[in-house]
Amino acid sequence: MNAPLLEVRQLQTHYFTFGGSRIVKAVEGVSFALQEGETLGLVGESGCGKTTTCLSIVGLLPPAARVVGGEIRLNGADLAKKSKREMRRLRGRAIAMILQDPMASLNPLFSIYTQVAEPAYYHLGMRGRSLRRRVEELLRAVRIPSPAARMRGYPHQMSGGMRQRIVGAIALAAGPKLIIADEPTTNLDVTIQAQYLDLLKDIQEETGVALIFVTHNLGIVARMCNRMAVMYAGRIVEMGAVRDLFDAPKHPYTKALLGSMAKLGSKEPLYAIPGQAPDLVRPPPGCAFHPRCAEAMPRCATQDPEVFQSGPGWTTRCWLPHLAATVIHDRATA
Amino acid sequence: MQQFIIRRTCYSLITLLILSLTIFTVVRLTGDPATLMAEPGARAEDLARVRAQWGLDRPWPVQYAQFVENILAGNLGISFNYRMPVSELYFERLPNSLQLALAATTLSFLIGIPAGLLSAVRVDGAWDQVGKVVALLGLSVPGFWLGLVLILIFSVWLEWLPTGGKNDWHNIVMPALALGWYFAASLLRLTRSSMLEVMRSEYIKLARLKGLPGYVVIAKHGFKNALVPVLTLAGVNLVVMVNAAVIIEVVFAWPGVGRLLYEGIFQRDFPLVQGVVVLAGIMIVFVNLVIDILYAYIDPRIRLTR
Amino acid sequence: MSTTTAPQSISVKAPNQVWRWLRELPLLPILILVPFVLAAALAPLIAPYDPTEPVPGAKIFEPPFWMEGGTTATLLGTDFQGRDLLSRLIFGARVSLIVGLMGTVVAGGLGTALGILSGYLGRWWDQCIMRLTDAWLALPALVFAIFLATVVGPNMWNIVLILGLVYWTRYARVIRGEVLSLREREFVQLAEIAGASRQRVIFRHILPNVLNTTMVLASLTIGVVIIAEASLSFLGVGVPPPEPAWGLMLSEARSTLMAGKWWLTVFPGACIVLVVLATQLFGDWLRIRLDPQLRNL
Repeated sequence: MNAPLLEVRQLQTHYFTFGGSRIVKAVEGVSFALQEGETLGLVGESGCGKTTTCLSIVGLLPPAARVVGGEIRLNGADLAKKSKREMRRLRGRAIAMILQDPMASLNPLFSIYTQVAEPAYYHLGMRGRSLRRRVEELLRAVRIPSPAARMRGYPHQMSGGMRQRIVGAIALAAGPKLIIADEPTTNLDVTIQAQYLDLLKDIQEETGVALIFVTHNLGIVARMCNRMAVMYAGRIVEMGAVRDLFDAPKHPYTKALLGSMAKLGSKEPLYAIPGQAPDLVRPPPGCAFHPRCAEAMPRCATQDPEVFQSGPGWTTRCWLPHLAATVIHDRATA
Repeated sequence: MQQFIIRRTCYSLITLLILSLTIFTVVRLTGDPATLMAEPGARAEDLARVRAQWGLDRPWPVQYAQFVENILAGNLGISFNYRMPVSELYFERLPNSLQLALAATTLSFLIGIPAGLLSAVRVDGAWDQVGKVVALLGLSVPGFWLGLVLILIFSVWLEWLPTGGKNDWHNIVMPALALGWYFAASLLRLTRSSMLEVMRSEYIKLARLKGLPGYVVIAKHGFKNALVPVLTLAGVNLVVMVNAAVIIEVVFAWPGVGRLLYEGIFQRDFPLVQGVVVLAGIMIVFVNLVIDILYAYIDPRIRLTR
Repeated sequence: MSTTTAPQSISVKAPNQVWRWLRELPLLPILILVPFVLAAALAPLIAPYDPTEPVPGAKIFEPPFWMEGGTTATLLGTDFQGRDLLSRLIFGARVSLIVGLMGTVVAGGLGTALGILSGYLGRWWDQCIMRLTDAWLALPALVFAIFLATVVGPNMWNIVLILGLVYWTRYARVIRGEVLSLREREFVQLAEIAGASRQRVIFRHILPNVLNTTMVLASLTIGVVIIAEASLSFLGVGVPPPEPAWGLMLSEARSTLMAGKWWLTVFPGACIVLVVLATQLFGDWLRIRLDPQLRNL
């Protein structure tokens, strides 16, 4: 296997609020690897640490937050150790990001051309006619009709779907290796969502860019991603191929998430996960999910689960598979 | 854009209508306008003459029509004291007032906007604290008192600057400062909060995500957006400045339109007072109109959709 | 929607209720305002001398007591007629505070009423009132006040009315906005569906909810009214003498400025600054206290 494009190891990011007296452990030991051209879905409820993880990768955490541990290796180089200037050069060039709200992402006072051209202008040093051509190319790649005319327009003249595609064009402008998409379709009409997702998939196939897709919608994950990582309380509780997790999830939280997806045409009542998201200032001892877990064992309340290798490229952070494995082992050796 | 201009102009006309109506009605409601229009100490036959001359015995709508017609023709009466047409006096003094207003506005921009931007970029820093105090003082310290204190310090104690009149640049410093003070503080406040809001916006976040250099993010994306609401204030400011200018001109004996108004009041020169108020009103409405149109040019959202 | 903060649990201890309430009050503005309010209310009792008569036995232009030539009999000095400055300041507080307050009440009342009518009754009313507001805003307030004062003749109640007439627009605009959003709220719609008359809805539901905003606006703009009154007095069209008003005192002191009699200028002005400053700070506190969403006022 090739060396991964992005390798995150034991990432820890904390928020220091109220003058440092209250520490929110937003990301507590996240590890994953991303190959070139791969799509990883990052799934979880609000507040589980998905966005913080992404911001940690690009180095744009809000002032109150800091990476306090772990490594983020892009092509081998540790991003957490880079200077601000070096990170700035990577941002937009090697790593790009698509945000959730397309209207808010675009500056209302500047033309589409200006905004799409900027990354190419600053990172690739393109100018004049070649720059204009590049912008046209990009707009065409995201399927904006009559790009030459549209370039001169302004954000408020575009529909929501078009704006989000322009944001996509901006992300592609400097030819990145990795695009992080933070809930890009949440603010779009349902009818447009599908189109947008198809577009992203096509772009990926054409350019070979790797994609981290942050969402709370498992349907999108099923459609877009090769692998997925389920996050809870700042940790990845289960990670593996989408097929494996959908067919036979091992972690109770993953099971609950899949169970709570509404199935079209089904008459079963919607299942909601009981309880509330955990306090990240004083997380519960042991497994963070145990207070809400239907299959919790006494051990879960005291010991933080170790990672269990459920299969090739499939990890589960739970005591249950450990228990199941020992039972099988015992039976086998009995 | 066309539509916008037309609509905006209509609003201005309505404003002028209301202005003239108010002045007209107030004068007539509070007593016999003839006594006001005639010189103090007039006798009965003088009053009768004035009444006939200004048509004050005719029904109100007719009078109003005459009033408006006079204004449009530029006839705002004759000043008692100066024995000159009010409009002539007004336009003679107007350049002085404009000079002062321009100097004051320039000073305010030079002081207020950079201070506000700096406060925002270094939030809660030492500079920001100073800025907050300045902003607060700007609202609490009346311009004319500031003017008096400035005279005290710079003319009486230090003897650096002259106390009044209009000769050379020395004369304009203090009045411009006193006049622009309030506006500078307003600008500081507004620029600061506007900039802070802009810096928190998603498009700034995206600009950073694009990996643009820091100064580009702040200067290109930040400033332009932050300044849009600041410019609207410019229009409002004009009105405030005209108000404050009256007193400042009196304090510094600056030969402008404000001082003219004061003279009129002091000398019970009613035609002068009324004329100045009407003309000042017209001028403000007109300038506001121009500023609004300019503003529309800068913000493409207005330019392209209305 | 993705968020980056997690819910946090806060444990609150409960100390003495009264102490807590006291600690939350804005100390500085209250400390400043109390002496002025007391002065205004109890002027005849507090002031050492009659503000309109020269102090018997005192010279004219006596400087404050800490300077050469000053005495402790006239703490802040005397003016061009030998009248005690401190007493005049105390009585002046009356005029400024009363006119300021009453003017604000008139302006606030008028503005709120128009704002409610405009916001709630909508369509034709709204258009008319808004046009009126725009037009009124375009006029130079002070100049207009000066004009009105000249025409109707200056006395305290006229001034109060004039100030109210000139400064109502800000209230109208803001309150209208409030009412527009209130109108869509459920309790209003419920009342309407239940068949309550428009009057009833306005008085029972809308009005109490906009009062907060009115109060915040009032405390923020009372400073403007006070300065306007001082300006009018300065120009000679405010409350007429011999009633001392700070603005009038400043005007009288002008001619003596060149002769270096600084206390006659500095102290009255300082009073204005302190009172306005205190009201501004109080207004800020009130705004944050009552509803942080009013941040844009």
